[in-house]
Amino acid sequence: MDIQRFAKKWLKPGRGSVIAMPYLWLGVFFLIPFFIVLKISFAEQDIAIPPFTSLMAYEEGFLNIKVNLSNFLFIFTDEFYFDTYISSLKVALVTTVLCLLLGYPIAYAIARTDPARRNVLLMLVMLPFWTSFLLRVYAWMGLLNENGLINTFLLWTGVISEPLQMFHTDFSLYLVMLYAYLPFMILPLYSHLVKMDVRLLEAAGDLGAKPLKAFATITLPLSRNGIIAGSMLVFIPAVGEFVIPELVGSSETLMIGKVLWNEFFDNNNWPMAAAVATVMVLLLLVPIAFFHRFETRELEGKNHV
Amino acid sequence: MTEAVVASSGAAKAAADQPYLKIAGIVKKFGDNFAVDNLDLEIQQHEIFALLGSSGCGKSTLLRMLAGMERPTSGKIILDGQDITQLAPYERPLNMMFQSYALFPHMTVEQNIAFGLKQDGLPKDEIANRVLEMLDLVQLRKYASRKPYQLSGGQQQRVALARSLAKRPKMLLLDEPLGALDKKLRQQTQLELVNTLEKVGVTCIMVTHDQEEAMTMATRIGIMSEGKLLQVGTPSQIYDYPNCRFTAEFIGETNLFTGQVVVDEADRVEIETAELGGRIQVSHGITGPKGMDVWASVRPEDVRIDIRPIAAGPNAARGKVKEIAYLGSFSIYHVILPSGKVVKSMVPANRWYEAGEQEPTWNDEVYVSWRADMPVVLTA
Repeated sequence: MDIQRFAKKWLKPGRGSVIAMPYLWLGVFFLIPFFIVLKISFAEQDIAIPPFTSLMAYEEGFLNIKVNLSNFLFIFTDEFYFDTYISSLKVALVTTVLCLLLGYPIAYAIARTDPARRNVLLMLVMLPFWTSFLLRVYAWMGLLNENGLINTFLLWTGVISEPLQMFHTDFSLYLVMLYAYLPFMILPLYSHLVKMDVRLLEAAGDLGAKPLKAFATITLPLSRNGIIAGSMLVFIPAVGEFVIPELVGSSETLMIGKVLWNEFFDNNNWPMAAAVATVMVLLLLVPIAFFHRFETRELEGKNHV
Repeated sequence: MTEAVVASSGAAKAAADQPYLKIAGIVKKFGDNFAVDNLDLEIQQHEIFALLGSSGCGKSTLLRMLAGMERPTSGKIILDGQDITQLAPYERPLNMMFQSYALFPHMTVEQNIAFGLKQDGLPKDEIANRVLEMLDLVQLRKYASRKPYQLSGGQQQRVALARSLAKRPKMLLLDEPLGALDKKLRQQTQLELVNTLEKVGVTCIMVTHDQEEAMTMATRIGIMSEGKLLQVGTPSQIYDYPNCRFTAEFIGETNLFTGQVVVDEADRVEIETAELGGRIQVSHGITGPKGMDVWASVRPEDVRIDIRPIAAGPNAARGKVKEIAYLGSFSIYHVILPSGKVVKSMVPANRWYEAGEQEPTWNDEVYVSWRADMPVVLTA
């Protein structure tokens, strides 16, 4: 009896505070910074520290609120920004598709090997994370360079007589993007595929479905949420990717990350950079909301079991 | 290529009367282990055949070989005159109802049932008709658009049945068909399932470890142990005339006495057994030399308990009540004999006692006995 009363009194607020933790985290590290960025995006560039005007000023009994929309107007009227967003989305989309095409078979193979070997394979997928991301990109530079390892080797074997132009091309960009984001595709896919009951495939086969048909009608739909989760994990950070396009991509590839960098560090135009970032966040919220809707639907389904 | 039908010791079959399913010399090895060890089995059309055995006896492996999910190491499977040994699962004219059903969780009841028909490329309206027919068969029309997780265990079982019958298979395989249901529901469903199967008239092989399920549902039972079929027969044949100790102990309960044949005549056998401290007389002959080691099996329901001394002789012994398991409609008495052997006796709750006679209780001296036509002599 005492325990019940105790539980009633303390467990409920306890439970509440546990749930509050992620909200608090997101509030402090996502929502507040976002509003700061939003605020800056409505300011004007200024020669000051920090280099933008404040939105509110109190002068002689008047509270002046000055909201500058020109940054956003500029983004929506200047084709350059439009092209950049499209280009970023394209790079992210191609990267996601490449990761899916390569990651699905890998995740499937890992999920179907015996449990003892599975963990070793998963370790191998995660192993690159033990080295700094930047170092790994630099390593790719060393490989893809005109005088890099690959070219040197191919020249030495005589397969080619002139070094291949791989570096600073779309090829190198997508190759390194694929390399960097592949684990984010494999892991959620794996976790969905490994849970799948193999007997469902046996049942499909028993009912007359050939292996390929069974894959298309059973495995693929049942791993849908893994595909969505993996695609989101790749797509969202890939849109804003700065390091890879900057270091290995071609200079013609417009990426929003690069534009942000230019506005912020080269032009010292914080409000413009903030506006570019705000639009990007809003652009990404659409797929996130889409994903979220899917997840809740899935959860509702599971609750009936 | 078909082998001549071997005339069995019983009724010889006409050569034209080919079995519907013939399993000949089937072997499945996993590494060095024989999961199924040179097994022969013949099944007639419209039979409901149960493979009964404890886990790991090879019954599931045999079923999976029939379904094509395992390839036999050697041997042949011939179904309705067609050699299906090497066919892929999706090419076989038989369907399986899986243990815990393996329903497709992302499809509705309707879509689950239609799945197999779609693979055959049937026209849409025919698929729809066949699905409705199946839904009516298992009385689930109302639930056609539900997903499996929205159904109870019994309803899921019926969907699985409908799905496996939808293609009108030549043979239906059932892997522990009621294993996922709780006991009460299982007993109810057993008869319902048999009724449905008989209505459809499909030939069935089911695999189960539950003897009650096998006895209730099957027309014939095959007892499997260590990859071999020990005995095949109707439920009553198997219960009343087990051919070996394994079957006698596996199906129901029994008291086994080990001893030697001392008298072997046409109408009677006497077995000297130290466990009973006397002889067991059996009123039927056996084929075997005198002095041979045999076992006599006496079912608990055949053992009578008396408090008053009975005439000394064969098939009787004195002992002491060691334990009483009260089970409501009957009780199982455990009587320990001077040899240390425990004899189980089933006593109905409404047993009639003579005047002055009392119901035996713990530590009472009692006499156990049975009629000479009751024991079964086992040589293996």
